[in-house]
Amino acid sequence: MLSRVCVAAVLCLSLGLAACGGDSGGGSNTLNFFIFNEPGGGPQEVAKKCSQESGGKYEIEFTFLPSQADAQREQLVRRLGAEDESIDLMGLDVIWTGEFANAGWLDPVPDDMVGPASSQVFQSVLDTAKFEDRLYAVPIWSNTQLLWYRKDKVGDKPPQTWDQMIEVAERENMKIHVQANRYEGLVVWVNAMILSAGAKIVNGPTEVSLEEGPTKRALEVMGKLANSKAAPPAIDTSNEDSARLGFESGDSIFMVNYPFVYASAKENAPKIYKEMGAAVYPRVDADKESKPPLGGINIGVSSFSKKKDLAYEAIRCMIKAENQITIAEKGGLPPVRSDLYDDPRIQKLYSGFVDPLRDSIEQAGPRPSESPAYTDLSLGIQRGVHPVTEIKDPQESYDKLKEFVEQAVKREGLL
Amino acid sequence: MSTAAPPQVGAAAEKPRKVGVTERARAERKLAWMLCAPAVIVMLLVTAYPIVYAVVLSLQKKDLRFPDEGGFAGLDNYVTVLSSDLWWKVVGNTAFITVVSVVVELILGMLLALVMHRAIFGRGAVRTAVLIPYGIVTVVAAFAWLYAFDPATGFVNDTFLSPDDKAWFGERGSALFVIIVAEVWKTTPFMALLLLAGLTTIDEGLYEAARVDGANAWQRFTRITLPLMKPAIAVALLFRTLDAFRVFDSIFVMTRGAQDTQSVSILGYDQLIGRLNLGLGSAVSVLIFLMVLAIAFLFVKGFGAAVPGQGDDR
Repeated sequence: MLSRVCVAAVLCLSLGLAACGGDSGGGSNTLNFFIFNEPGGGPQEVAKKCSQESGGKYEIEFTFLPSQADAQREQLVRRLGAEDESIDLMGLDVIWTGEFANAGWLDPVPDDMVGPASSQVFQSVLDTAKFEDRLYAVPIWSNTQLLWYRKDKVGDKPPQTWDQMIEVAERENMKIHVQANRYEGLVVWVNAMILSAGAKIVNGPTEVSLEEGPTKRALEVMGKLANSKAAPPAIDTSNEDSARLGFESGDSIFMVNYPFVYASAKENAPKIYKEMGAAVYPRVDADKESKPPLGGINIGVSSFSKKKDLAYEAIRCMIKAENQITIAEKGGLPPVRSDLYDDPRIQKLYSGFVDPLRDSIEQAGPRPSESPAYTDLSLGIQRGVHPVTEIKDPQESYDKLKEFVEQAVKREGLL
Repeated sequence: MSTAAPPQVGAAAEKPRKVGVTERARAERKLAWMLCAPAVIVMLLVTAYPIVYAVVLSLQKKDLRFPDEGGFAGLDNYVTVLSSDLWWKVVGNTAFITVVSVVVELILGMLLALVMHRAIFGRGAVRTAVLIPYGIVTVVAAFAWLYAFDPATGFVNDTFLSPDDKAWFGERGSALFVIIVAEVWKTTPFMALLLLAGLTTIDEGLYEAARVDGANAWQRFTRITLPLMKPAIAVALLFRTLDAFRVFDSIFVMTRGAQDTQSVSILGYDQLIGRLNLGLGSAVSVLIFLMVLAIAFLFVKGFGAAVPGQGDDR
């Protein structure tokens, strides 16, 4: 099937036939869902179930996007830029909402759908699906970063702040893993640090915020970690996977990362797994609650789709509580409905860290994705703080970051 | 030599025609145009149209994410690009990768060509073996090198090359080194093949005569091989320089431009595909096009003068 779609797409591109778009996905009740191939298979199973339950009203067919978020976005925007009618449903990373909505590629969620789409959903998660106070996508699963620690080294009470963590790690002569390569993961870290310190990167889409005191404080902590003994040697190229591997190797005491690391450790490093504890993301200042990173997927309906009503019907089915649990059980992806964290199946699935997980999503601080020029912003932030090992004078680093963010907000210059 | 003869005949025949074009010549010329027309039209459609469109876009303020904006921007986009530090840094990067990889390829390619030319047995096998890297898709080759040098999966860190756990893509110097090595490995065969074609045109008799006169191997190489191969070397260098200047795949796969390893093509890609800023991205593309044109022009001018002269000497 996939190859047939590809061939059709290639033919459409090469021949420029206008008629290709409509029939590349089969019959009139077929909904084409463009999303990455979630390895757990949860979304696929849920879509299949919903198609069956609809009694032939619709049939969801998947077109899989690459596994990396950047590459997914590139494929989607190329099709959307060309007003491709063959996309009905899209799995959107939480940071794409502003960009896609402003470009006119997303159908605003109809009024009768807003209720079901937001019922019991964490406010922080719902905000990621909004642009200019309007809902443009429907959250289906969430994700957040937790502080993972070694119980055999720090007991059941891990330190609350980065400063304390660095101190403990240096004393134990062990590492702290973060994500600081020049990629979106670095933006995730910087954003969480700046929000936790009490500042914001932007105030709305066109205004730079970056309050000087707290931002400098956040950068200072990042630089302190990067230049301490607790930093892994390759910190400037670190990502989620290198952090996971480093932690599994046993030389690390702390790591900030998504929950997939827990299942991974169970498989790859059972000894470490037994000693793994999870807590809410660390604070920058002891007296301020942290703002953990937020990830996850929202489902959007393309404004070029010819089957919008059917598409919303399918979404209504896929986001049902029961189906969110299926997705969590298959792939470990946390539900977006807060009430589900009391469900015994979810309690069992995340046993040991269900409370930090819920708290983390609840108090999470999203990236500034309400900005339609989020890509510029992201590139600017990456250039502004990478490499973190060079953050030695907070004032200098602050000026550099601010300059880049200002340029990005104005969408000026090369990035 | 015979290769130089046809242009002279053509040039001689050109002059009288200009005075009075015969009926037949006119008909022939018309036929020639008609025979060429389909190819010319296709060329215009697939190359000229996109180039013109890119130029038009580069003069506009156009961003796919902001459909309401737009309009004529004049040369603003070019000013933005040319006044950006990043642009010049990236041009520097690209020039560095181009010069180093082409020089290394030329030396290695020449050695390979000499080996292939002199191979006594298994000529076919040797030539095929040398060509294998060139037959591999660039992206695949780039991944092979990426995995080889990756600290987690690679074997390079286990060899004498690097005693400790070096993060090859973690800093600019070593990342550029791997990128250049991958480029050289991939395209040296192409260079060697073009040079081999040049080598085979040299008359063996010249070497024999030189040997009789007492020229040693190095003298024969510098006095006979190199001068006579000048056109072949020029073509090989031109193709490879143009190719290397547009390097994309290896960098995209290995660093995606991190650690200041961007090339101009990566930069254009980031503006066009990443930021969807069609105006700015098109300006970058047009500038790349102009630079490629300039390189081609310099090569043709620089080496071109030597090409016809060579025929007269012989």
